[in-house]
Amino acid sequence: MSPRYEPITGRYLNCTPLGEPHRLYVEEAGSGIPLLCLHTAGSDGRQFRGLMNDERITKNFRVIAFDMPWHGKSSPPAGWQNKGYQLTSRNYVDLIVGVADALELDKPVAMGCSIGGRIVLHLAHEHPERFRALIGLETAAFTAPYYDLSWLNRPDVHGGMVCAGVVSGLIAPTAPSEGRWETLWHYMQSGPGVFKGDLHFYMIDGDIRDKVDKIDITKCPLFLLTGEYDYSCTAEGTLAVAEITGAPATIMKGLGHFPMSEDPEKFNGYLLPVLEKIKNL
Amino acid sequence: MIDKIASLVNADAGLIRRGRFVDTTFLIAIDDAYTLIRIQEGRVVKVTPGPFITPDYSFALRASREVWEKFWQPLPPLGFTDIFALVKQKLMRVEGDIHPFMANLLYFKDVIASPRRETAR
Repeated sequence: MSPRYEPITGRYLNCTPLGEPHRLYVEEAGSGIPLLCLHTAGSDGRQFRGLMNDERITKNFRVIAFDMPWHGKSSPPAGWQNKGYQLTSRNYVDLIVGVADALELDKPVAMGCSIGGRIVLHLAHEHPERFRALIGLETAAFTAPYYDLSWLNRPDVHGGMVCAGVVSGLIAPTAPSEGRWETLWHYMQSGPGVFKGDLHFYMIDGDIRDKVDKIDITKCPLFLLTGEYDYSCTAEGTLAVAEITGAPATIMKGLGHFPMSEDPEKFNGYLLPVLEKIKNL
Repeated sequence: MIDKIASLVNADAGLIRRGRFVDTTFLIAIDDAYTLIRIQEGRVVKVTPGPFITPDYSFALRASREVWEKFWQPLPPLGFTDIFALVKQKLMRVEGDIHPFMANLLYFKDVIASPRRETAR
């Protein structure tokens, strides 16, 4: 009997997206239109395994997910031990464009969730010509802090456990137990201060409310999908972006802030019609 | 509802294991009705209804009866599924020495939501 491998392959990419050498872990499956997936704050590309294992998606799309520097199996840059980690809008945009270039992708679709759902708005504003389409999962123009972020990285609280504890309620209460706890496991494995560093973008630096009206979806189509149980970005936050930009938005029943990993089957049901539209652009 | 917390938590071996380092007393305020809940090694060892003159506790969770009743439904309505969802909407206050709460967040979230299982019966 041959080994029962999944169709996903993983490799390490050497590139210099932020002006310094990075070693990034990249997974992919499928062929066709490149679909570059952007994971949530404090997690990694494993969140997208439900897409990469779905033939309905991979027969037309080359699904690619990279772990951001400091995340998953990607290394932090040399000298990290003397620095803190803090994600900014500038770095995040440059990282995505730099990785797309390093992978030599021709007009990929970018799909991001949470911080990734926010950054696609920045990409739509700054680089619409670089992308075939953009998909925002759990997108809002801004989310204000609703708890003291300092709890996420201090020596007297287990960082993995508190990060998982903070995000646990964002998962739909109806999500399958396996999807819920796998999503939380990714959070438990995050490096110290990485989730907090990402939230600097999500809750402070990445505020794009003053530029949403400048996004032109005729230059690059934008699609929005948000789980009804997401109280962080919120359905209202997504619909506000939809109203200003004209982008189609769907509020997904029975899903929360991590649709692709908390309940992949249900999420793919919402994603497939969007991918069908993009395929026919 | 709140009086069922002890039996629900103490019957859940996985939850007790998750909270095995917890040793504290916290307060639940439903409007101005207060209850002290004493936890030792992940077990609820004492539930004391108020009123109190000088209650001694580490942290308190305060919300209206209407909010708690929605929160404790087997499948709560949108926005009432999680403590942080309530805090974000300013429907609940978590205050005091919240270190035990934050350091054991996954434990306390399930302890505090445990009455949902009773209402589901």
